[in-house]
Amino acid sequence: MDSFLTGIAIYLAVLFIFCLYRAYKGPQAADRVVAINVISTKVTVIIAIVAIVTHQDAFIDVALIYAMTGFIATISVSKYIEKKKLF
Amino acid sequence: MIKEIIIIALLLASGFFFFVGTIGLLRMPDAFSRMHATTKSDTLGAGLAFSALMIYRGFDVVSIKLLIVLIFVWLTTPTAAHIIAKATYNERNGESK
Repeated sequence: MDSFLTGIAIYLAVLFIFCLYRAYKGPQAADRVVAINVISTKVTVIIAIVAIVTHQDAFIDVALIYAMTGFIATISVSKYIEKKKLF
Repeated sequence: MIKEIIIIALLLASGFFFFVGTIGLLRMPDAFSRMHATTKSDTLGAGLAFSALMIYRGFDVVSIKLLIVLIFVWLTTPTAAHIIAKATYNERNGESK
């Protein structure tokens, strides 16, 4: 069962690389923001799976903080796209 | 035995929805279409993966924390997509405030 969870984590990491291709190639800033948002969700799931597999229960908090950081980054870049300034 | 079958089915469904989201992100022609493809499938994929991990762990403090992370992801992913769509629409139509 642990090997299956590890396989799912590796599969998500492979999908991560294709999302990173869109973040590199994307013609506009909105495409890059969408790609980074998808990558943030995937990394949250990967961190949770790694925390369950390695029996390190404190890593769940890392997943929560990573989700918060990704949300704040998305909001900041969207405000910059819309207003051309941050504050 | 039945628990492991449920966990494997949930994780495979989660992997399928993440795959669909990635294909939509790579193949769709426009930024709004890419948002449309990735947001829903990623929300459902994260929900299925966290549900599988909660069933695997059982009722525990870690399971409650996983539920908190799941609710947070379910709240923030559609909100982030809405904010990106609004910013892109206002940028293209010249309604910057």
